[in-house]
Amino acid sequence: MTEVKPDGVQGFRRARRILWVLVALAAIGGLILVIGTGGGDRKNGTAASAGLGIGGPFTLTAADGTVLTDKRLKGRPFAIFFGFTRCPDVCPTSLARMAQLRERLGPDGDKFDIVFVSVDPQHDKPADIGSYVALFRTPIIGATGSDEQLAQIQKAYGVIVRKVPVEGGDYTVDHSAAVFLMDRNGRFVTTIDYHENDQTALEKLRRIIV
Amino acid sequence: MHITTRAALAASLFAAATPLLAQLVTAGPLRIDQPWSRQTAPGQKAGGGFLNITNQGRIDDRLIAASSPIANEVQIHRMTVEDGVMKMRQMTDGLALPAGKTVALKPGGYHLMFMGLKRPLELGDNIPVTLRFQRQGAVTVRFKVRPITATSVSGGRHD
Repeated sequence: MTEVKPDGVQGFRRARRILWVLVALAAIGGLILVIGTGGGDRKNGTAASAGLGIGGPFTLTAADGTVLTDKRLKGRPFAIFFGFTRCPDVCPTSLARMAQLRERLGPDGDKFDIVFVSVDPQHDKPADIGSYVALFRTPIIGATGSDEQLAQIQKAYGVIVRKVPVEGGDYTVDHSAAVFLMDRNGRFVTTIDYHENDQTALEKLRRIIV
Repeated sequence: MHITTRAALAASLFAAATPLLAQLVTAGPLRIDQPWSRQTAPGQKAGGGFLNITNQGRIDDRLIAASSPIANEVQIHRMTVEDGVMKMRQMTDGLALPAGKTVALKPGGYHLMFMGLKRPLELGDNIPVTLRFQRQGAVTVRFKVRPITATSVSGGRHD
C-alpha cells in the first residue's frame, strides 16, 4: 500500500528532482564544451584550456608602419599565425599553406585576411616582415609589436613563445604552430593544426567565411 | 671583411650564378641528392637547407658540420612540433648516417640552418655549402634556391 503524502512534500520532491536534472544537464553541457574546445586547443599548443576566451583586444605595428588593432580587423574573418622570419621550416610551411588554401577557395579566398605576427621584434622590424610576407605572393598582413604588446596578444590567444639560446650567442624561438581562425567579429572559431590535412583545413576556413 | 674573404665570397657568388648541371653528388659511399633551399627576404637573417644523404657503404658515417660563404654559420637542426609547439634544436653531435640508409633533411624534420645570411637567397641561386662528414671528410654541394612556398626540391607552388 502506497503511502499518501501531503501535496506540499510531493511538490518539494518534484522540484528537487527537477533541480538535480538541471544540475546534471549543466554538468554534461560543461563537459561537452571542455571536450569540444579544450582538448583540441591543448593539442594545438595554446595555453588556454578552453576555446572560450581566445582572442580579444590587441595593438601591434603593421609592416607598413601603421597601427594594427583587433578593431581594424573587424568586419572580415581572419587567420592569424605567430612566428618569426628566421624560422626556416614551420613558418614558411604554414604561411605557404595558407596561401595555397586561399587559392583553392577560389573567389571565396578573398573573403578573409591572413595575419602573420612576428614574436621576435628584436630581429624582425616591421619593414622586414613586409618584405618577408610579400614573398608568399598573396596578401598577408604582417605585424609585430613591443614586448608588452606581444605579451598582450600572446596572452589573449594563449600562444606559447619561448626564446631558446643556440650556439654562438644566438637564439631560436619555440612557438605555437597553430593557425587561429577568427570570425568577422574577432571571435575565435577554431584552429588549423600543423599536422592537419588540407581537406579539414579547407572546411574550417569555409566555416569562418560563411 | 678581409680582402681574401671578400674575393672568396665574390668567387663563390660567381660560381653560384652558373647553372647547375646535376644535383646529385657522390663522394665515396655517400650519395648527396636534391639539395635545395627557400628564397629569403632582405632583412631575413636565416634560411633553411634541405637534402637527402644516402650512405651506400657498410660503415656508418656522420654529418658533423657544414659551412657556406653566404652565411656566418651553418648549423644542423631538428624541428619538431610537440603538443602544438614548434621546437627547433641544434644537433651539436651532428646527424647519424647509418650504413645502407637514406637520411632526409626536409621540412618537418631535419634541416641545415644558414645563420647570419650575408645576402638574401634569391630564386635561381645555387648556394655552395660544404658538408663535413666524420669519415668522408668535406664535400661541397650546391643548394638550389626555390620559392618560399616550395615544399621540396620540385614540389610546391610557383615553379
